[in-house]
Amino acid sequence: MQLVIFVIAAAVIVAGALGVVVSANPVHAALSLVATLFGIAVLFVAQDAHFLAAVQVIVYAGAIVVLFLFVIMLLGVDRSEDLDTEPLGGQRPAAVVAGILLVGVALVTLFLTHRDLDRVAIGARSVVGRLTDPSEDNVSKLGHALFTDYLFAFEITSVLLIIAVVAAVVLARRASRTMGAPEAASDDRAEVVE
Amino acid sequence: MSVVLADLHVTETWYLVLGALLFTIGAIGLLVRRNPLVMFMCIELMLNAVNLTFVSFARALDDIGGQVIVFFVLVVAAAEVVAGLGIIVALMRKRPGATADDISILKG
Repeated sequence: MQLVIFVIAAAVIVAGALGVVVSANPVHAALSLVATLFGIAVLFVAQDAHFLAAVQVIVYAGAIVVLFLFVIMLLGVDRSEDLDTEPLGGQRPAAVVAGILLVGVALVTLFLTHRDLDRVAIGARSVVGRLTDPSEDNVSKLGHALFTDYLFAFEITSVLLIIAVVAAVVLARRASRTMGAPEAASDDRAEVVE
Repeated sequence: MSVVLADLHVTETWYLVLGALLFTIGAIGLLVRRNPLVMFMCIELMLNAVNLTFVSFARALDDIGGQVIVFFVLVVAAAEVVAGLGIIVALMRKRPGATADDISILKG
């Protein structure tokens, strides 16, 4: 059963990832990304990460991909691009060679360091908590860890989110001023040319 | 056939190999594609590969810390998408149909 779930989810993940890379239309790429994200969420459930599976679907598939689609529609780049011509000679073979080297290094490291197939990870466990502790469910365990041991990191992420919001507002404001007033837009272009 | 399948256990190694494969597909896409939006999606693929690896190690080591860090990666990914898409929108309005080459206009 576990094997069947893994094989189906892995097939969906890899097919979606290849779809992101090879589809000429950005909308198709975004929809392939949704397939990959759902496959990852299934594997999260298979590995007892129930809260993360829910967050994966809500944040990634629900917010980030929708944001991508908004931007694609807003900018009107939902046309297929020409993928047959290779603008930079030898770029694609070089990229594939680099990718094969990358996965090669990862796999060699993996198979050199693991002792037997059932136990890959070796090392000390952190003091935060055990995953298989039967006294709490996954969500409470994650919440306890976040609001006790990782509280400082959690607070820092709020600063990060504020920075992201300010960045989005600043970038969007400049763009909307350019869009709103044709005079200002031409002035901006002139500045760029100078 | 069914006996062979029943003997096959899905170990951590399988998840780690899948994570490495997904990361590589994302990296190749980032190197090959020229549309900034699709390059961004490839970065999301790579982040997801890392998340899958973290969750696998969390289960292998029986440690909740691996799942906590995935939570933080999700927050960072959300912030990164907000700022990155803002830059792409500003860029595309200046130059419709911009590719990765046109990002050089960001130079001061």
